[in-house]
Amino acid sequence: MSLEFSADATKKIAALCERYPTKQPVVMAALHLGQKEFGQLSDDVLRLVARTLDLPYAHVYGVATFYTMYRREPSGVQTIRMCTNISCMLRGGYDVLAAFEQKLGVSVKTGGTTTNKQFTLIEEECIAACANAPCAVVGTKYYLDITPDQVGRIIAELEAQPHPESEVV
Amino acid sequence: MPADLGTKLVSMRFGNEDAKTLAGYEKAGGYATLRKGLAMRPEDITAEVKTSNLRGRGGAGFATGVKWGFVPKDAKTVHLVVNADESEPGTCKDRELMYWDPHLLIEGMILSAHALKAVHNYIYIRGEMMREYLVLQHAVEEAYARGYLGKNVVGTGIECHITVHRGAGAYICGEETALLNSLEGLRGQPRLKPPFPAVKGLFGDPTIVNNVETIMNVPFIIDKGGAWYAGLGTGRSGGTHLLCVSGHVEKPGVFEVPMTMTFRQLIDEVCGGVWKGRKVKAVIPGGVSMPPLDDSELDVPIEFDALQNDERIKPVMVRPGQQFDLGGGRPLRTMAGSGGVVVLDDQCDIPKAVWRIMKFFAHESCGQCTPCREGTGWLEKVSRRVADGNGKPDDIELLSSIAHGIAGNTICALGDAAAWPMLGFITKFRGDFEAKLKKARAA
Ligand SMILES: Cc1cc2nc3c(=O)[nH]c(=O)nc-3n(C[C@H](O)[C@H](O)[C@H](O)COP(=O)(O)O)c2cc1C
Ligand code: SF4
Ligand code: FES
Repeated sequence: MSLEFSADATKKIAALCERYPTKQPVVMAALHLGQKEFGQLSDDVLRLVARTLDLPYAHVYGVATFYTMYRREPSGVQTIRMCTNISCMLRGGYDVLAAFEQKLGVSVKTGGTTTNKQFTLIEEECIAACANAPCAVVGTKYYLDITPDQVGRIIAELEAQPHPESEVV
Repeated sequence: MPADLGTKLVSMRFGNEDAKTLAGYEKAGGYATLRKGLAMRPEDITAEVKTSNLRGRGGAGFATGVKWGFVPKDAKTVHLVVNADESEPGTCKDRELMYWDPHLLIEGMILSAHALKAVHNYIYIRGEMMREYLVLQHAVEEAYARGYLGKNVVGTGIECHITVHRGAGAYICGEETALLNSLEGLRGQPRLKPPFPAVKGLFGDPTIVNNVETIMNVPFIIDKGGAWYAGLGTGRSGGTHLLCVSGHVEKPGVFEVPMTMTFRQLIDEVCGGVWKGRKVKAVIPGGVSMPPLDDSELDVPIEFDALQNDERIKPVMVRPGQQFDLGGGRPLRTMAGSGGVVVLDDQCDIPKAVWRIMKFFAHESCGQCTPCREGTGWLEKVSRRVADGNGKPDDIELLSSIAHGIAGNTICALGDAAAWPMLGFITKFRGDFEAKLKKARAA
């Protein structure tokens, strides 16, 4: 099946192409947009990006598989990026991660996506909020100085007011 | 006049919600320097920046004006690229800067681009920073609408464009040549240097890559003069700098402090001391890539040259009796790095902290060079078994020799960034590793 970008995404890609001497640099933004519109970067989405930017499929594939935010598999509506790097670890980051796993009923080791596909939990590297460790970021929303007993409330809040990453592109 | 704790430059608008908007920024004195700077000759701006002793805040501390001077005089097309990939663990200043004061970055970029005669300029922002991306993107649009950016900046005839380019998750894209590849729409793998970006960078054109904080200092230098800025600092390091303090202190935070401040003063006087009334065991001085200090080394000023040369800081060893050689017999003490100060208290499990650092580097190695790809994987594996109490008797020597095999033998500095803290922690906290091995033998 041949996919198409929405009119909005097509417009955005065209505008971005004006910002660089060739179309190739737009591949990153186009992949972000593809992920937003189709939920994941399936082979068909990669083909669409390749066709849109006149790039070889292999090139697009190479880029899509290099960066950790691009997903070849479906995931939850919201991604909880929980930092466990040094500053967060020193102040209990792994306990907060465990609390998220327990409340969501998932394991980061096995993909971290809830059965209802609402959340994907990721053990993230430093998210540059170390002075407020432990911390997590969900889309545009930061949760700072988290303690394990706050995790239930955070999840409830996210259920009521979602912060999907796709709101950004 | 030397800076004191009250001297605030890049952090002066922290907490001011208004300043995020163009109107609020202008009201708070913003864009006042722009016309003055654009009326100056490009080479005079570079000269001011040279005089200012501004040094790069991205990690290496390279003199900014000197770097700008590397762009060939006859270059036709030049680019300025701002490195906003901030992902060095322990570092959280650029994100804060962009969130609170996006227009200061834009003003700094316009002035710097004028000095470099750069027309098409980019901000490479880390993919996970979605909130900051929106703030920046909005600010750029405002600046275009007001004529600060575009074909004819405030009627001066100077053309200046800024495009915000989102990354997609890869620490290595903070390395400047990996960043340029990523900007070109390639996999973010570092390039061999030379050629250096200042000669052949983005799209093959001369390109200057600077950190967010570095560029945000430029408007102050143009406003008050390079000599004034140099006078705020000490020796060859001008101005103030932002330190991100995290870990086991009472009051972690991002603080703008004088270059003369010591770690002891920072911890005790700015951050309320070590938490829970404990003592310091170790301090990571500038992001996890930099060798740590122990409690006896904290009276050194947190300044680029002092951290490299002050003899109160013990050299990093490859093994007892053999110093690590930075080249030509130069010892490795530590470096100021990215300003990420992480404090570890006296109850901290050092081998476990080291394992977490090695796990990070193993995850982030781009895989191009064998010593880095294989070596960081081994460092993670061996440091994990040591931390877990399953270490083998020779594991300390094994970790040291793996680290020594990586350092200096790779395309980019990520290899060193993994090797140096490994060797540094073993040099200064060998007893902690030995205790773990002793426990493993007893079990
Ligand atoms: C592995 C690695 C990661 C880096 N990450 C960053 C980063 O996130 N931000 C940054 O400004 N510099 C980073 N750097 C340093 C850049 O390569 C470059 O030196 C810097 O952006 C230059 O800017 P400055 O001169 O203003 O410091 C990194 C370097 C290495 C080797
Ligand atoms: S040192 Fe590591 S990260 Fe750098 S180019 Fe080599 S493999 Fe990649
Ligand atoms: S270490 Fe967790 S945000 Fe930096």
